[in-house]
Amino acid sequence: MEFTEDQLQRYSRHIILPEVGGKGQKKILNAKVFVVGAGGLGCPVGYYLAAAGVGTIGMIDNDTVELSNLQRQIAHNTKKLGMYKVDSAKDTFEALNPDVNVIGIKERISKDNILNFIKDYDIVVDGSDNFPTRYLVNDACVMLKKPLVSGAILRFEGQVTTILPGEGHCYRCLFEEMPPAGLVPSCQEAGVLGAITGVVGALQATEVLKLILGKGDILKNTLLIYDALKVNFRRVKVPKNQECPVCGENPTITELQNYDAGYCRI
Amino acid sequence: MEEIKVDKKINIKGLICPYTFVKSKIAVEDMEVGEVLEILLDYEEASRSIPKSMEDHGHKVLKVDKINDTDWVIVVRKEKE
Repeated sequence: MEFTEDQLQRYSRHIILPEVGGKGQKKILNAKVFVVGAGGLGCPVGYYLAAAGVGTIGMIDNDTVELSNLQRQIAHNTKKLGMYKVDSAKDTFEALNPDVNVIGIKERISKDNILNFIKDYDIVVDGSDNFPTRYLVNDACVMLKKPLVSGAILRFEGQVTTILPGEGHCYRCLFEEMPPAGLVPSCQEAGVLGAITGVVGALQATEVLKLILGKGDILKNTLLIYDALKVNFRRVKVPKNQECPVCGENPTITELQNYDAGYCRI
Repeated sequence: MEEIKVDKKINIKGLICPYTFVKSKIAVEDMEVGEVLEILLDYEEASRSIPKSMEDHGHKVLKVDKINDTDWVIVVRKEKE
């Protein structure tokens, strides 16, 4: 494909980068990225991927926009209260960049539908807000060998890690089992400074773009922890666990399970 | 002096930075290593910045000529993908 004049202008700050160029920008335009969640993380991830020109963005979320979302979920706005989040996000992202096709799915992701949803995408991004989904997405990506950029936020802290099944660690190498429901902060305890979602979401989007371009280091075998109060980024090494129940040498989890355990959703 | 064989010419008169470089870079990407691009431009700043950026990207600048009151010609050989 040839760039249009509008595309040359729109992507000029990418094209002039030695690591991107016209060839890299075409890779971005041809990429397909699946984002789990259209909330705090899904909004900035989708926003930056749309701005970058990622050609196909799949996004799943069955929630509607509520007033309490708008302190951080920047793809939505006050006029969109009550609208499905994926419809709101599709409007916002396609208005930003008409090169982008956003496929919104108004369902709750589950063991029965996830493999079918992600199989045609190049990269998966987890912006979910609960442990059952986080483990479900991890296990599904390991099984289909899909690169997964996982992010999480709570209060003033954020975490990002990039999972390349077969090459590096997975989420279960890091935390083998979900924490018991009682140890997870309850809804009243689970505040979050809105801007943190932007930091973590932008880091996730950056990881995705580097994966598409095949440039630079990524957070393989590494957990990046951002502490906003201390203004500190810390990298923690996460070796691949040979005995990991899903990506180890003798996995015990070979099909997707029922993950819901009555967690409070944040 | 030996004449330089030019494989491709672009005219980017009327464009300013960074589109001067965007157009030049896209043209180079579409060429084979060893081929030579001739760029005609009229934006003075780009007559300095394009040769520098091309060298930074690893290509060889063969010539930068001011050909009249308003125009420059830059000749670049693609050295790598």
